[in-house]
Order: sequence, then structure tokens, then C-alpha cells
Amino acid sequence: MAQGVCVITEFREGKFRRVSFEIASEGRKLADALGEPLLAVALGEGVEAVASDLGGYGVEKVIVVDDALLKDYRAETYVPVVAEILQNLSPKVILTAASVDGKDLSARLAARLGAGLATDCTELQIEGGGLKAKRPMYAGKAFAWCEWSDGAWPQVASCRPNVMDCLAPDTSKKAEVEKVEVALPAGNLTQVVSIEKDAGGKLDLTEAEVIVSGGRGMKGPENFAMLEELAGILGGTVGASRSAVDSGWRPHADQVGQTGKVVTPNLYVACGISGAIQHLAGMSSSKYIVAVNKDPEAPIFSKADYGIVGDLFEFLPAFIEEVKTLKSTC
Amino acid sequence: MNIVVLVKQVPDTETKIKIGADGKSIDTSEVKWIINPYDEYAVEAALRLQDSVGASVTILSMGPERTVESIRTALAMGADTGVLVDDQATEGSDALGKAKVLAAALKSLEFDLVFCGHRAVDDDENQVGIMVAELAGIPHLGLAISVEVADGKVTIQRPIEGAKVTMEATLPALVTFGGAHAVWNPRYASLPGIMKAKKKPLETKMLADLGLSAADVGNEAVKVSVTSMELPSERQAGRVLEGDTAEKARELTRLLREEAKVI
Repeated sequence: MAQGVCVITEFREGKFRRVSFEIASEGRKLADALGEPLLAVALGEGVEAVASDLGGYGVEKVIVVDDALLKDYRAETYVPVVAEILQNLSPKVILTAASVDGKDLSARLAARLGAGLATDCTELQIEGGGLKAKRPMYAGKAFAWCEWSDGAWPQVASCRPNVMDCLAPDTSKKAEVEKVEVALPAGNLTQVVSIEKDAGGKLDLTEAEVIVSGGRGMKGPENFAMLEELAGILGGTVGASRSAVDSGWRPHADQVGQTGKVVTPNLYVACGISGAIQHLAGMSSSKYIVAVNKDPEAPIFSKADYGIVGDLFEFLPAFIEEVKTLKSTC
Repeated sequence: MNIVVLVKQVPDTETKIKIGADGKSIDTSEVKWIINPYDEYAVEAALRLQDSVGASVTILSMGPERTVESIRTALAMGADTGVLVDDQATEGSDALGKAKVLAAALKSLEFDLVFCGHRAVDDDENQVGIMVAELAGIPHLGLAISVEVADGKVTIQRPIEGAKVTMEATLPALVTFGGAHAVWNPRYASLPGIMKAKKKPLETKMLADLGLSAADVGNEAVKVSVTSMELPSERQAGRVLEGDTAEKARELTRLLREEAKVI
């Protein structure tokens, strides 16, 4: 008989990733609604030392597998171990992070357990004794509510990072830790060959609170220096439309839109971007949007809180000066 | 070497999404259908290996008859053969159901590599490719922005926050592709390519041909499904600032500071 909620944590370089606390907090909410326990599974090298901290987020018991072979996520070591633990625990609901590794793990687990998976969920509820999950589709042009078929346990959901509320940890509470010794498969099907760090350590678009983005109206790669300057003053980062990336003006990692990144900063400044549907899909959930464009009919203005109709090459230098003045006086 | 590319047909990314009469799917009456852009990058990656090291490229897809058009497009780009699983009983399948169909179809094909997009831009599920790897019992390397094959291994590069990771896997393996249009610049179908594509083999299969029955996939096997859809709340257009450049710059700074409180 399936029972309880189980969260699969992510442990990197000696620490739980923040999203693990988010899914533990969310798991607590669901477990309370079900009136059932909240469990966690923690794999990694050195994870045993901090596993009980999950109690601060409401986890009652953590199943720990601590092994040097589990230092980095690899499907061939993680999936069989986690699947076996889950088969023993038999939870109703399984939550993972919708991170790069979490997406791989959750899809493989769902296939192995014959379970239904909802990816990248932004909201979870318990209804009728089971999970109901909200998730974006079409890069956020629409949202779907997903439900699981009767008796289709476990119900697996991966949660989008930075969306769900994270409880303030109650450090007086410790989770019970159960250490499991398992024979790890000597998986050698995949290997990390090398990791090459980027120069400069650019803030990732999905994590930035301010994004200054440029499109075809920027006329050339050299003019993005202006956007870099503005982003620098505002503590943000630079994004780009698909046409700016296609023109080779910016790296593909900067692309915002349905075939790029979906971003949700507090402030999105769109410069020389007309606002193709596929771009709007990627940035419409920003808290505040500023549009600077020559064409008063540009679709971007329909999404903008503040619109500047005019030549961006005149406006941006003036705006940068104003912001500099503001920043120097406070 | 044999490469199978999994291709999904999706609505064009310029489509304005409207919810259909059932309240749980989109209105497709005015949709223009295209190859999922990330699958198109996978086709391009396969064709580059066809050019550089020699490979036979098979396009595998599932869907209704209109899907033939997307397979023909990939054949016109240069792929060699196509396989379409077109069976009414697959309708309503969840990701696991779709993965079962594709994994079963793969069994009847020879492959060293399976390529596909890391996600389809319609459902955004990030599931089917990885599930196929799990069901086929092969490794998966995700979000590739480059791919090379040598000595029985496939090597990819994948961007992560602030770094680029190089990974390798032993063949057979499944690679899912990321990046952007500018990374892959998928080739266009040439006119001779389009003419040739009409004569290339394209086989249509039913579930029974794959050793599956309706109970294994489709509505009967569904574990998770969309029960309703909603559109995001429409943003209201705000105000267009008036005045000369200096006035606009000053006013915008004030608004962002005092009203929006974001700077």
C-alpha cells in the first residue's frame, strides 16, 4: 500500500542544493495534506554528515547512501539505487528537482517504475487523496493541470527551481537517518571528460534579477557594450533575441524565448526587440518590463509596463547617466 | 554506423496558443506544423556525422498522417529512410506510452546512436528521449551543443552555468540536443533534395507490427494526463513615456525606483 511523500535531494560539493530544501518544504505541505509522513532519499559523497539537517524542513526520515562513487550524478549508478529504495518505501508521491540531473533521474525512474511524471511543475496540490500539478507548456504560453490515473502510484513530479516557497529551517529539528549499504553498480558507460570554466563567470539568465536584452535594433555586436554597461550598473546580466543570436552578435546561451531560456527577472529591459511571439513567451512572466523601440507599433509595447518610443542610441546613454546618478546618490 | 533520429511534429513557435473546446488541449485549427526545433538540431547533427564519418540516418516518428510531411522534410535535408508509427491507439499516450512505442520501434532498427531534441517545444516535458534511453538500456548524454564519434564512443559538449562540460559515453547511446538555432544552423532542404526525398523509403507501422497492443500505450495505459489548461493572465500594456530624451530617461529612472521599486 503506497504511503507518504518522498523527496529525492541533490547533493553537490558538500552541500544540498537549495532546490532540495524547496522540494522538502513543498513535500511537507503535501504530506500534511495527505496526513502521511515525509521521507527523503539522499545520495552523494559525504552526504551522511548533513542528512539530518533535512529535518529542519520537515523531513521525518532520510534514507542515505554515502559513497565516493556517487560524487557526481550518473544515471547508471543513481537510478538503480534510488529505484530500489523507492520500491521498498513505496511512497504515493515522489518529488525531484527539475534541474538538468533531476530531469534525467526523474524520467528514468518513472520509466523504470512504470510511473507517470509531470515535469517542471510550478504548483502542486493534493486533491482527492492524490497529486494535482500545474506546469507550463509552450514555454509558458499556456499552463496545464495534470492529474494521475486512479491507482497509478507513485505519482512523480519534478519541481522547477526558484519557484516554490522554501521554509525557514527549524534547526532544532533533526531527521532520522537510515544508512543503506548497497552494492553500487560499477557503471562506466558515461564519463565526464573535462569541465572548462567560462571566463568572467557570467550570471545565468535564469538566475538574474535584472536582464537587459538586445535585438535586431542593436544593429551590431559592438553596441551591446551599452547593454553590458547598463546591466553592470543594475547588477544584472545581458540577454538577446533570437535574431541577435542568429546574426552571431551574442552567444546562444543569451537567447531568451521558446527555443532559448524562459526568464522571470524583476526587471526586463528590451532594447531594439520588436517582440516576436516566441520571444514574448520567454520573458512575459518578468515582474516589470521596459521596452525601448523606434516603432510605436512593435508588439513588445503590448507587454511593457513602461514604453520608450524612440532611438535607443539616443535614449540608452541618457538613461545610463540617470541610473548612474541615482546609484551614486544612494 | 547507423543513427536513428527521433522527430516530433509540433506547432510552429510563432503560433498564438488558443485553448480548444475540450479545455485541456490547444486549438490546432490554425496551427502550422514544423519539426520540433531541437529535433531539427538532432537531424543536423546526424547529417554532419553522415558527411564526416559516414552514417546511415533513419528518421523515426509517431503521430497522425500529417507527420509524414515532417519526415519528408528531414529526408529532403539528407536523411536516408523514415519510419512512422501511425496508429490511432497511440492517441492520448503520456510520455511513458510514447517512449514505449519509440523504444519498441527501435528494436526493429539497427542503431549505434539515437538522437533527439532534449525537449519538444510544445509539451516541454523533457521526458520521452530519456525514457527511451532507460527502456532501451543505453546511456544518455543530454543538452549537447557538439557531438563527435570515435573508437566506439560518443563525445559531446554541454553548457552548464558558467562552464562547458565534455562528456563521453560508450555506444550504443542516446544523445539529446540543446543549444540554439545559431549553434546548429540546420541545413535547408534543397530542391534536388526535396525531389529525392519523395523516392526515399518511408515505412508506416502499426502497434501490432511493434509487438505492442492498445493496452500497453494510449488512453488505456495512461498514468498522468492533462485535465485542464489555462492561459497565463494577459499582461496589460503600460504607459508610453512622453517628453524629450532627457525627460524620458529621468522619468523612467524615477518610475523604476519609486513605483516598481526594482532598481
